[in-house]
Amino acid sequence: MQIKQKIFLQFGICFIFFGLIGILINNLTINLIRTGLGFNFNWLFKPASFALAEHPLPYTSSDSYAWALFIGWLNSLKVIASSLVFATFLGTLIGFARTGKNSLLGLISAGYITIIRQTPLLLQLMFWYFVGFLGLKDNMFIQIKNIFNISNQGIEFSGLTFSSEFLALLLGLSIFTSAYIAEVIRGGILSVSRGQWEAFRSLGLSERKGLIRIIIPQALPAIIPGLTSQYLNLAKNSTLAIAVGYSDIYAISDTIINQTGRAIECFILLLVSFLLLNLLITYTMEIINRIILRSQNYS
Amino acid sequence: MEPIVVAKNLTKSYTKGLRALDDVSLTVNQGKVLVVMGPSGSGKSTLIRTFNGIETFDKGELNILGIKVDSTHDERKIRKIRKRVGMVFQQFNLFPHLSILENVTLAPIHVQKRRQIEAEEYGMYLLSQMGIDSHAKKYPSQLSGGEQQRVAIARALALKPELLLFDEPTSALDPERINEVLDAMRRLAEQGMTMVVVTHEIGFAKDVSDQVLFMDSGKVIETSPPNIFFSNARHERSRKFLNQLEKN
Repeated sequence: MQIKQKIFLQFGICFIFFGLIGILINNLTINLIRTGLGFNFNWLFKPASFALAEHPLPYTSSDSYAWALFIGWLNSLKVIASSLVFATFLGTLIGFARTGKNSLLGLISAGYITIIRQTPLLLQLMFWYFVGFLGLKDNMFIQIKNIFNISNQGIEFSGLTFSSEFLALLLGLSIFTSAYIAEVIRGGILSVSRGQWEAFRSLGLSERKGLIRIIIPQALPAIIPGLTSQYLNLAKNSTLAIAVGYSDIYAISDTIINQTGRAIECFILLLVSFLLLNLLITYTMEIINRIILRSQNYS
Repeated sequence: MEPIVVAKNLTKSYTKGLRALDDVSLTVNQGKVLVVMGPSGSGKSTLIRTFNGIETFDKGELNILGIKVDSTHDERKIRKIRKRVGMVFQQFNLFPHLSILENVTLAPIHVQKRRQIEAEEYGMYLLSQMGIDSHAKKYPSQLSGGEQQRVAIARALALKPELLLFDEPTSALDPERINEVLDAMRRLAEQGMTMVVVTHEIGFAKDVSDQVLFMDSGKVIETSPPNIFFSNARHERSRKFLNQLEKN
């Protein structure tokens, strides 16, 4: 009797699920017919005919939409990867400062975490863009022997240039995410029992060595899952690039939708690219987690 | 006879005005075993933890192995002390991510900068002294409580300490595992190790200790040789405590 009920329930859930998908597809086709566009990806290979301020690979307005999207994807990857590194570095520092013995550093980092976590990311991005960079003069604001140069155009560093849009996004994402990472790190450190600290201290180990050899290895299994979800958030939050005018994949898709009306196709491409990117992040972190667990004989 | 531990008027207060340590003075000479007894919350754990700087104090002075520390808690002096003093905890506090042998060789390799082979050789010797050398490659979670505590003793011995501190070493053990740890401690005392032991084990205190120090509410109530303390304690408070202990 119970098994029959279970089977019935499973079928019921499947029915509702596929029914809903059916309704969705039906609506979609009706709407597509109404706009007279039809569903296809042929337009991807037509010339985009819009300019891009930032392109890591050669790009002109006569290149295809597909190439423009690819450039956008590269721009997204660039800002996600660099923010990820900065946020991790900054978050780790602040996380340790928050848990450390120095009460002034602890207070400062607690304040930092509070302010950053209690304000919207969009606002912070706007702040870094409009106040941080556009607030600078257009001629050289800070210049050190022609090697390092900050202005409202961005930063120039021995031949490499970074636009103010990229930098505002990088700063905003890194600082925002670092506050959350700091809390993840702090939680991980606090998950290690007091006895472990007392044990390494009573063996005459320095605080630094104790952290590296005893505390961090035990904190990592608690840190990695939290870190993964912050990385995923960072990747998704990067779509706020559009607010500061950085040409990430979302901003470029937005332009394409305006020009071609291909909203559904663009959203599918966006969904797939973010899904793949985040699956890659999740998978990489999972591998790192497994290596750590195996090396500690916990598994 | 050289004094190894000299405490003078140690005082530690908590914010509510409660005193964890109230004007505690004591001396432990070389090769002697001091047992510290008292009800829970009497400050005996706090006291023993000040000896290697894991716990701070507000007033008074400590002299451990000739190194003087006061309430300023000089980090460099405390690390000097820690390199010469071993400690064994109630909850063992072994490092769960390191093997038994790695637990023992950690300090010799990273504090004394000994070569790994040399540290491992001595580590294996200590483990065999504790009768657990066959577990060297295992991890702490694979061992019983008594075995873990014997590893903890081997770890505390790895730096060849001149003083060993035991903070209720058998309180977290199953009754049938207590003796294997107490026996190891007995052998250490016989070899002339200077020890301060916080414990409720009357048998151990009677057989091994040179002095019993009884504490209550952060104060030293009395310090007596064990034969006097257990048969004819000088203070009413001590006698009450012993009666209570025997009932359990």
